[in-house]
Amino acid sequence: MISLNWCKDYIDLTGVDPEKLATDITNFGVNVEKVITYDIKNLVVGKVIDCVNHPNSDHLHICQVDIGASDTIQIVCGAPNVRKDLKVIVALPGAILPGDFEIKKGVIRDVESNGMLCALFELGLEEKTEENYNKGIHELPEDAEVGTNPLAILGYDDTILELDIHKHRNNDCFYHIGFSYIIGAILNKRVKEPTISYSEITDNVNNYVKLDVKTSKCPYYLGKMARNVVIKESPDFIKKRLTAVGMRPINNVVDISNYVMLEYGQPMHFFDYDKLGNTVLVRDALDTEVMMTLDEKERVLSKDDIVITDGDNPVCIAGVMGGLNTEVDENTKNIFIESAIFDAVSIRNTANKLDLKSEASIRYGKGLNYEYTKKAIDRACQLLEKYADATILSDMVVHDELNKEEKVVTFKPNEINEMLGINISDKDMAHELDRLDFKYEFQDGKFIVTIPNRRLDIEGNVNDIAEEIGCLYGYHNLKNTLPIAETKKGEYVGNVKYRKMLSSRLRSLGLNEVKTYTLINPETQKLFNYNNANPVILPNPFSSDKSVIRTSILPSLLGVYEYNKTRKVNDVNIYEISNTYNNTYEETTKIGILMSGNYINGGWQNNGIKVDFYLIKGIVCNILDYMGLKNRYSFEKATIKDLHPGVSANIILDREVVGVIGKVNPRINKNDIYVAELSLNGIVKPIKNIKFKEVSKYPSIKKDVAFIVKDEVSADTLIDEIRRSGGRLLTNIDIFDVYTGQNVDAGYKSIAFNLTFQDDTRTLSDEEVTSVFENIINKVTTKFECSIRDK
Amino acid sequence: MEEKIISILNHAKELVAGVSKEADLMNVKSELLGKKSETNDLLTSLKDMSIEDKKVYGSKINDLKNELNNLIDNKLNEIKEAEFNGKLSKESIDVTLPATEVTCGAPNILEHVIEEVENVMMSMGYDVVEGPEIELDKYNFELLNLPKGHPARDAQDTFYIKDDEVLLRSQTSSVQARVMLANEDKTPIRIICPGKTYRRDADDATHSHQFMQIEGLLVDKHVSLSDLKGTFEVLAKELFGSDTVSRFRPSYYPFTEPSVEMDISCFNCKGSGCNICKNSGWITIGGAGIVHPDVLAGCGYDPKIWHGFAFGFGAERMAMLKYGINDIRTFYYTDLRELKTFDRRENK
Repeated sequence: MISLNWCKDYIDLTGVDPEKLATDITNFGVNVEKVITYDIKNLVVGKVIDCVNHPNSDHLHICQVDIGASDTIQIVCGAPNVRKDLKVIVALPGAILPGDFEIKKGVIRDVESNGMLCALFELGLEEKTEENYNKGIHELPEDAEVGTNPLAILGYDDTILELDIHKHRNNDCFYHIGFSYIIGAILNKRVKEPTISYSEITDNVNNYVKLDVKTSKCPYYLGKMARNVVIKESPDFIKKRLTAVGMRPINNVVDISNYVMLEYGQPMHFFDYDKLGNTVLVRDALDTEVMMTLDEKERVLSKDDIVITDGDNPVCIAGVMGGLNTEVDENTKNIFIESAIFDAVSIRNTANKLDLKSEASIRYGKGLNYEYTKKAIDRACQLLEKYADATILSDMVVHDELNKEEKVVTFKPNEINEMLGINISDKDMAHELDRLDFKYEFQDGKFIVTIPNRRLDIEGNVNDIAEEIGCLYGYHNLKNTLPIAETKKGEYVGNVKYRKMLSSRLRSLGLNEVKTYTLINPETQKLFNYNNANPVILPNPFSSDKSVIRTSILPSLLGVYEYNKTRKVNDVNIYEISNTYNNTYEETTKIGILMSGNYINGGWQNNGIKVDFYLIKGIVCNILDYMGLKNRYSFEKATIKDLHPGVSANIILDREVVGVIGKVNPRINKNDIYVAELSLNGIVKPIKNIKFKEVSKYPSIKKDVAFIVKDEVSADTLIDEIRRSGGRLLTNIDIFDVYTGQNVDAGYKSIAFNLTFQDDTRTLSDEEVTSVFENIINKVTTKFECSIRDK
Repeated sequence: MEEKIISILNHAKELVAGVSKEADLMNVKSELLGKKSETNDLLTSLKDMSIEDKKVYGSKINDLKNELNNLIDNKLNEIKEAEFNGKLSKESIDVTLPATEVTCGAPNILEHVIEEVENVMMSMGYDVVEGPEIELDKYNFELLNLPKGHPARDAQDTFYIKDDEVLLRSQTSSVQARVMLANEDKTPIRIICPGKTYRRDADDATHSHQFMQIEGLLVDKHVSLSDLKGTFEVLAKELFGSDTVSRFRPSYYPFTEPSVEMDISCFNCKGSGCNICKNSGWITIGGAGIVHPDVLAGCGYDPKIWHGFAFGFGAERMAMLKYGINDIRTFYYTDLRELKTFDRRENK
């Protein structure tokens, strides 16, 4: 939170409309989430001239109040603490208090009342609690000037900007001097940083504190000493400012450290010197080292944390929280002041690990401007001298291994123009750099810009400068253009192409596309784990329910089925195409299909199609044919985990298993559910181009035959034998009936074929066809030791 | 004779008019034209006539026969027509009874949104590519200017799989790096990459540990932020209506600089303020920016020669906005009745 009144210390805001400023700041890239003002019209400081009891009430008073106008006004007030000569907050008619409560002239129990004397909660400045209610109206200090704005006296005449910015801007926006530079760029005004001066005694801090830094994670450490501090309340302006930006004032010393942090962005730490002793050793913490922090909690540290110690024991978790053992308290006399820079990543990790995010750790965690590390410690001394009666020792203890190299960016103006798609002149670009308060030279048509140290967010390339200038230029002012690029058609690349093809085919076959989670329960993963895949197990899952990466889509599809079934949706025909992974991270894109209930609803005509094995097989065949694989695949009965042992098969393509199909084992779900899963890569094969084939002009001859074969003989093997013995004149084989029962012995079945004979070049003779037909019958009956039915 | 002919004709007309069935008509026909008919008698009587009379009466009797035949044929047609009409009218059905269900499957809502985006972007020459979901830290973070310890990694609580090297990708931006590195000739690039991404997050109405991003990348020699804005404008108009206006706001992403948030004018209230846009008139769709020079350099594209822009947005958010879906879990727990709504064309 940023107080605009506070910013006025560093930049001229005369005549600036806070709302407009907030919008401009947001457009500049620093998002102002909320503008908070406590501006209530028709509030004045009043003085109660006369106060008598209301004749018709046991608790109301009739007050005559001086509001600085020529006449006093009469107000009826029920507060127990209202009395003659009290300075009060008066809400005059027209004032609108929080909750849209408008003050009007009125009559209270026959007595005229021209306003209201207010408590702070009525102005929305305090919570409405019983305690606050019982306090009565707010009593202003005696020196409050009648007729002026009471909010100013209370410190509420401020405008507060609540920022919602990305973390990388924490280190240049979250303190008032830094923020003033932002305002400066927008308003094209210069920032004036505070002038710091204080007196020092000759006694040197180095005689009292020996600093040793034994970690690379503390490149910069400054220390000073303040003696004989007097702990007391902070001056009003510090209290008001801290309160305005949401910090609770504690005492002058603590408040000063916070005040300086909010001014320069540099967190400070004050140690009670008498508790600390004469050694400051900064080092990595030891594993399992324990210390008690200010909030009286035991913290267990590790070697990744940085600690400040007194030589032996930790006195502060660097950048995160101080130790209870060196805390500044009401008896503190001498203070050791720390202003330092610690490794940002380390601070963030420690703060996260200990769940100790503080105003300080947030700032340390983003890196700090070393110039302000120094200025802040001086500023703290100045304020301690002035408001805590401190005596400041001369000199500093210093550890400095900081890389202070300046970031310099060299660029041609047209690099910026091209990157943004704008066209501003060299002169205007120079002007923008001036506004940003970036130092630069212009040589040989190039800008050489030195990035100020306060802008730690800027890395130092031309894109950074383009961003700054672009934000000042205003992104809303950019034109809409399209890139000048070679004309080309966009394409689906690789697997995407086949995924899209299959998806669109499956949709047109009436299957609905679903999407389910990749992460599933370890138990669910075992379901349908037909190729015994070992899944990736997450070491840091959010919940055990989503802790392994699935190796098949089928368990998830069963989940969708069950979800719909509970919602009384019985016809579930769905598919999903997704990647699956095993524990060697091998990726397989799979097409999962689940079908249950009706494929087509019969309705009143009763002509529906119920899903069964052969229907889902039909869907699978359809997509395989669509992929150009006709006559290259087959279905081979197989035992597949969690599928019905009698109703399941491997899908074989070019002699490789590319998928499975079958009915869900009734042990898993007693309903009739059919599933199939194919590997996308398995069914994407090199295929021939489509070629038009004219049908034969010559008549075909059809012949029927039914073989009675043993139950275990599969249709496929019969068809194979028929095709082989039929030769090239046999152009089509259909099965039109499969029969068991009367006239067929138990253990046998009758399969009836319709065979088509045809030639492309001539009309076949009956004798020819009969001879081929007889040959087929002979071969089949011999091979399968079977008879034919009702010849 | 002539009187006889007239009387036969009149009698025939009466007879024919009196029948309504084909069989009866055939009886009438034989009565009028058969062996025992009066017409036949007339014919028989011809043989006793003189040659002249034969000529005269022969022709008259012939006319009579023709007329009788016509009479009967016409009647036959009439009867057949009436019978056919009767048959048709018996086949009359209730056309308001429900149709036989002819269905097509519906697309998943997210895929539907993605396909819309793909169509627009492919028309501008962008290829659609995909990349692995189990990804290396290198592609997901490091090459995208997010070295280990970068603060922006904190915000993306990532599912690590093995040590801090293998992870479930937290953003589809990983594909950017892969495509740039794989393009060994270092030629211009125009791709979009829709895909699944994962973050350690509790699932509720607005959060999902799994979600779909659509990432876009263009690398070429002359690329500007204005080009990105124009490209987004085309996409926004295509997806949300031709009266949609786009807006850029400054933002921050580690892999782009300058970075922007991409907003569109609220398609619901057209900017006047409503629930959907939280009264701002604008809706944030995604993030974008000029590809950071370190990202280009890390992927083998010299940032002095090559420039690029990248953009990304969430398919869930887009779908939720566009179709008024309030719960992100809707996309992953499909109620088929809800899904069926999407088996139709878009209104455009």
